Amino acid sequence: MTTHHQKPKTHLNRRDFNQLLGMSAAGLLLPTMPAFSHAVSADELVGNYIDVSTKKRLADAGLNAAKAMGATYSDVRIGRYLNQFVLTRENKVQGIVNTISYGVGIRVIVNGCWGFAAVADPKDEATVAKCAATAVSIAKANARLLTEPVVLAPQKGYGEVSWKAPIKQNAFEVPIKEKVDLLLTANAAAMTNGANFVNSVLFMVNEQKYFASTDGTYADQDIHRIGPSFTVTAVDAQSGKFATRNSLSAPMGMGYDYLQTNPSDKVGGVTTRYGKGYDMLEDITLAAKQAKEKLTAKSVEAGKYDLVLDPSHLWLTIHESVGHPLELDRVLGYEANYAGTSFATLDKLQSKSFQYGSKEVNLVADKTQVGSLGAVGYDDEGVGTKKWDLVRDGILVNYQAIRDQVHILGEKESHGCCYADNWSSVQFQRMPNVSLQAGKTPLSVQDMIKDVKKGVYIIGDGSFSIDQQRYNFQFGGQLFYEIKDGQIVGMLKDVAYQANTREFWNSCTAVCDQSDYRLGGAFNDGKGQPSQSSAVSHGSATARFNGVNVINTARKI
Amino acid sequence: MATILTEAEARALLQKVLNYSKADECEVNLSGDISGNIRYARNEVSTSGAKTNQNLVVQSAYGKKVGTATIDEFDDASLEKVVRRSEELAKLAPENPEYVGILGPQTYLKSNGYFASTANLTPDARAAAVAKSLELTRAANLTGAGFMEDSHGYQAMMNSKGLFAYYPSTNVNFSLTVRTADGKGSGYVARGYSDVSKLDTAAATRIAMQKAAASASAKALEPGKYTVILEPTAAAVLMENVFFNMDARSADEGRSFLSKPGGKTKLGEKLMDPRVTIYSDPTNPDLPASPWAGDGQAQKKITWIDKGVVTNMFYSRYWAQKQGKTPVPFPNNAIMAGGTASLEDMIKGTQRGILVTKLWYIRPVDPQTLLYTGLTRDGTFYIENGKIKHAVKNFRFNESPVIMLNNLEVLGKPERVVSTESQGNYLIPPMKIREFTFSSLSDAV
Repeated sequence: MTTHHQKPKTHLNRRDFNQLLGMSAAGLLLPTMPAFSHAVSADELVGNYIDVSTKKRLADAGLNAAKAMGATYSDVRIGRYLNQFVLTRENKVQGIVNTISYGVGIRVIVNGCWGFAAVADPKDEATVAKCAATAVSIAKANARLLTEPVVLAPQKGYGEVSWKAPIKQNAFEVPIKEKVDLLLTANAAAMTNGANFVNSVLFMVNEQKYFASTDGTYADQDIHRIGPSFTVTAVDAQSGKFATRNSLSAPMGMGYDYLQTNPSDKVGGVTTRYGKGYDMLEDITLAAKQAKEKLTAKSVEAGKYDLVLDPSHLWLTIHESVGHPLELDRVLGYEANYAGTSFATLDKLQSKSFQYGSKEVNLVADKTQVGSLGAVGYDDEGVGTKKWDLVRDGILVNYQAIRDQVHILGEKESHGCCYADNWSSVQFQRMPNVSLQAGKTPLSVQDMIKDVKKGVYIIGDGSFSIDQQRYNFQFGGQLFYEIKDGQIVGMLKDVAYQANTREFWNSCTAVCDQSDYRLGGAFNDGKGQPSQSSAVSHGSATARFNGVNVINTARKI
Repeated sequence: MATILTEAEARALLQKVLNYSKADECEVNLSGDISGNIRYARNEVSTSGAKTNQNLVVQSAYGKKVGTATIDEFDDASLEKVVRRSEELAKLAPENPEYVGILGPQTYLKSNGYFASTANLTPDARAAAVAKSLELTRAANLTGAGFMEDSHGYQAMMNSKGLFAYYPSTNVNFSLTVRTADGKGSGYVARGYSDVSKLDTAAATRIAMQKAAASASAKALEPGKYTVILEPTAAAVLMENVFFNMDARSADEGRSFLSKPGGKTKLGEKLMDPRVTIYSDPTNPDLPASPWAGDGQAQKKITWIDKGVVTNMFYSRYWAQKQGKTPVPFPNNAIMAGGTASLEDMIKGTQRGILVTKLWYIRPVDPQTLLYTGLTRDGTFYIENGKIKHAVKNFRFNESPVIMLNNLEVLGKPERVVSTESQGNYLIPPMKIREFTFSSLSDAV
């Protein structure tokens, strides 16, 4: 069973995070480290790992070697990937882990075929040139099996450019003690408010990526991400029942500033929800009380309900039922053996009339959204990032595509959503942030609920499952409230809803306005074989879906 | 330095690292592995790759203050540096009250999980194995998308109390999805072995092709409770969630399916049909596994569920000490006993039921009851009067493996399978279950 821990899984992988949270059977497990990573000392956590002129020198050695050996195109990625985890349970620190991974990945086209090779910790130009030679030899070998040569969308070179995530405070500059104190203080608040157990985690990422290509782009980028999270458990030993409540935080493309809140970052209501600032202490205090309340909450009566879905919940439904089916490589069959294919076939796009959702539904892809996990200046094949429509007024209008596939859509320019999770893995199409646009007419959550006769209001993400072509799905949540005649009347439990993607999005009758717009997301969207992990955000305002099938998940064993 | 060290080389290197240690306790883990893969889709090879990985992890402790550092360079200066760094981190770390110290020398069972056939597999041989699969799907006008990945490597550990352990292993996983040209049929096969000479990619490909062609004209059945025959590949993804959740601490803490009212656990209680026996055994020749756990404890043959009764759970060394129990390490393999019936026999003996090839996107719904949801995929068939009648559209299920193993009809002959969720390898029988809960239909192929 240890093999279970060695490889990342398909699609969105919650199990790894549950393990981090100490819920695993094996007790505390160190997170799986990326290939070639090693622990780092505090002085390596901040500043530039290697200066930009050295990176350019190494990259040019790779590009020149590739060209000299017959490559018609080549790109060199020099990456330094830094992770820090702080893991606690109750009043104990379970682990503090820093990992760093540094190396070069080189991709070439020779005889119309891709080749890729990577090398750890390159010290000089000769090492990078040798790596380029390996990539060329792989391309030549694979070219013999090729029937259709690669068609690469043209891309202008940007020259020497840079992009930095607009963070206010680098999380790696914050002393470990401050992070430990934050988590242990939060845990103590949970325990004094009725929790029996609590696990909390702070996860921080800094990717320093240098991209160079034969198109003449040299892009130096500095990307920061942060993810605070917890699980609070309440146990009623007498009845043998237990209930959990997870944090309502979102992983963000931000620095430590995400943990410093302003009043404007908070959304009041039945429980506090958060925008671009997260108050862990407040959320965990509420979570402890709510976990206890769940133990005695009313078990839902199965049937059709109007659902009011908070952005902290809806992001995951968007991810699974919109983000994935509109990945062009899936549509074409490249992921058939693993993540699957898609119901949203090319003929549906070409018809220009495929009603993906109701006219309230506008879904956009966006690699530029400030504070999001997917935001970068340039993607991993040197394309400047942008925002584009996927579904406009309910009609399917586009997919997500990269340089070697966008021609299939008759487009001349990549969408700029190519990504590799490490210097040692080959870049391919990955989901940009995909978000539901807020409604244009002013509408508050309160006013939305006022109109609902029989409904369930769902906050937070829970269990999630969808078929391999993205038709049939089932989602749970963290908090469920019964709505009767326009009023929230109490907490529910044992709730999950089942729907079909197209029916669900066509049952969307209203989306709240921009003032309610917030991001959710995940660090660990898995795709490819061997599987690669990607971080992605999904924004929305609270939205209403009419007549959705709700099931009761309580069982006796 | 070579990536794959022999036992003697590993012992020498580990001893050298330990000689630098100044801490109260020091434990060193060393590993190396080489893997290669080919991926194909739309009947074309899409990517291929190779990866070499080696790692040295040093854990130093001063009392209950523990620090860990890792390095992938092996010159003397680097070895000393990683030891010093782990010592620095230990001095800075808060006390870990759950640290129980390192173990002295242990005795391990013999287990052979290393096969030269797999370790010596060349890129050409890997490509040839995939080419056999591609030739078959291309010739039949079916579309293949597959992945083959083989690896060989070793793990070793040594500590300052004289414990030494070494285990070399090899593995190959092959999986394939075959779809009909019109996209209406889909079939799947997965195979996992320690010894690559057991892998027959052509035979496996024929199974996925047969399932794809046969499932092209699926009819819809009403969702509801059905008798099902789960092929081992389908059963594995539910069964592994029983294995993963057999932790004593969670049960004692009242937050497991093994917890009971009044703060007790279900240890010693009958939880499933008396034909259900689940155990671990690192020496099983069909599923060899390392005879030692990550912390150096010896892995023995141990039964978790014996004739339906919960007989053991995992106890970490800390939790065992606290509860006054014997530690039981998290095992390295899992085996479910079965009967002698073949899948064909089981179909023959079924009046009315559904044959399930694969289950997909398995997620927990309620940890209290071990309720899981997911869908059937890549070959779901209606059985009537002992024969496969026609393909049926895929279903979503909501089911607990605990309830399922109380509704047991027949267990067939166990075989080695690869979990499509975790990639873990197990020995699992095909199983016939009554009243399996399908809650809705899916249009997915």
